[in-house]
Amino acid sequence: MRDRLIFIGQLGFTLLIAAFLVVPVLLSLMAGVTVNYFRGISSGVTLQWVMQVWNLYAGEILLSFVIAIATLVVTLVIGVPAAYALHVRGGRLSRVIEEIITLPLAIPGLAIALALLLTYGGFGDFRRSWLFILAGHVVFTMPFMVRSVMAVFGSIDVKTLDEGAASLGASPWRRFCNVIVPNAMPGIVAGSLMVVTLSLGEFNLTWMLHTPLTKTLPVGLADAYASMRLEVASAYTLIFFVMIVPLLVAMQMFADEGQKK
Amino acid sequence: MSAIAGHGAAVHIERCGKTFADGTQALAPASLDIVSGETLVLLGPSGCGKTTMLRIIAGLETPDPGGRILFDSNDMTAVPIEQRQVGMVFQSYALFPNMSVADNIGYGLKIRGVGRAARDQRIAEMVALTNIGGLENRRIDQLSGGQRQRVALARAVAIRPRVLLLDEPLTALDASLRDRLRGELNRLLRSLGITAIYVTHDQAEAMELGDRIVVMRKGAVAQIGTPREVYFAPQSRFVAEFVGAANIIEAPVAEGHLVLPGGRLEVAAAENAAAATAMIRPETIGIIDAAEALLCGLVDSVSFIGDKQRLVVTGAADRPLTIDAPNTIGVKPGDRVGLSIPRDAVRLLPSED
Repeated sequence: MRDRLIFIGQLGFTLLIAAFLVVPVLLSLMAGVTVNYFRGISSGVTLQWVMQVWNLYAGEILLSFVIAIATLVVTLVIGVPAAYALHVRGGRLSRVIEEIITLPLAIPGLAIALALLLTYGGFGDFRRSWLFILAGHVVFTMPFMVRSVMAVFGSIDVKTLDEGAASLGASPWRRFCNVIVPNAMPGIVAGSLMVVTLSLGEFNLTWMLHTPLTKTLPVGLADAYASMRLEVASAYTLIFFVMIVPLLVAMQMFADEGQKK
Repeated sequence: MSAIAGHGAAVHIERCGKTFADGTQALAPASLDIVSGETLVLLGPSGCGKTTMLRIIAGLETPDPGGRILFDSNDMTAVPIEQRQVGMVFQSYALFPNMSVADNIGYGLKIRGVGRAARDQRIAEMVALTNIGGLENRRIDQLSGGQRQRVALARAVAIRPRVLLLDEPLTALDASLRDRLRGELNRLLRSLGITAIYVTHDQAEAMELGDRIVVMRKGAVAQIGTPREVYFAPQSRFVAEFVGAANIIEAPVAEGHLVLPGGRLEVAAAENAAAATAMIRPETIGIIDAAEALLCGLVDSVSFIGDKQRLVVTGAADRPLTIDAPNTIGVKPGDRVGLSIPRDAVRLLPSED
């Protein structure tokens, strides 16, 4: 009887917390399809706000995806070999480099953006292009890729696998392609999902770096909240959700898959 | 069978030492010659430099300047491992988890551009040779330890290596499996006639597999010899104690005999000395009637082990003697017994500093 009471108490508490977090999300999503939020859902359901957002911000949404994919490509091309090199070389220097790569996790995005602006702000063409935001995103997401790949390397004794392939005659490049990358795949996929999700949702850094012509999805969202009706901003949230939730679900499914192994 | 093995190279190691970046010397410069087709075992406790030596031969480490490695008469010192044509079996096997058993075995052939049909045929040969029929399409994580060991061996032999290198290949297995695979491995190495270098810390493995054994200690070669030489004629106390069980006694020598608290013991070719160190293997000591013996002692304990019984006899020498006696002798603690030891079984060792 007592166990049951405790269970019900815990369940209630958990549901309460969950509701505290979920209800605002649901309200926001609902607002995005409501004709007039102040009169409530009874005023009718509509997709006009969503359409309006799409018409106004399709460019931002597209740019967000371009930047996310580009960020992914750069972090893969640099991050995976870097993780491999750091793992195989070991030693103090590798630790220091690893710490430096990880630093952006601890430094506020605003500070990183400021540093980038101070250093590269003078290069006008670079400053004005979306590549400037890409640079910021790469700095911010790189530790997630490197860390997640290194975690896998730590669990499979990649150095001996590499030596095994070498003893069979494989050149360093073939070893990397045939043995290292396939065995690091769980970490690469997990890191990739994280990088794409973070890049799509990144605001602090992007907000500092953007120009009127290089706005991303979250910056556009802030814009919409600041300057338009609440329904439009909420519709924007809805679109954002539709894009990011599948990624989060994929990430979670992948993590579960990894646990089972 | 030699068609399966290809050919084995003679390996010439010339003054190869290894000093790591932090200044520690893992291996003092050592020279070794391994004849074609020979199985050489590097034996020693952990940290003795045996694995470093193997890795230098493999090409995974470069020797300190001045050292050279030759396969037949080709200088391999500057050749990276992937061009040395060595087969290597790692302690952890290093099988590729992303490939099937057959793909693991065929990987080295694929790298060499061997066509599909020839590759499949060679894989089939290796599968038959190592007795892993039926496992070809398994994933590596579906294999037992013993099966992994066989796959690792098949993969290393498939490329017809000039030298087969084995780094403690049986250490990760449990005791009974280890004994069985040791026998199989021995037959395989003999039938392949391949040049093999085998690293282990297990003296029984070294004895069974090695044509010659290199006993190593603290980064240096302590003794090189056939298993019999190393066992019966150790040149140092370390080798005597590391290879098999040994009684080490210290006593003066007079008129060709060791003078002991419990009597006298004949030694071959011994000069008089105030202090000498001698080694006696436990199974070379016979139990006889105390009345007829030159050397006597008191039985302190008797442990029945099954195929033999292990006695500890006190009072005979300066320290208790361990004796492996036949399981048929009836002795009990407190008995006074005579010890008979053939003079050739008593080995004088150089005094150690």
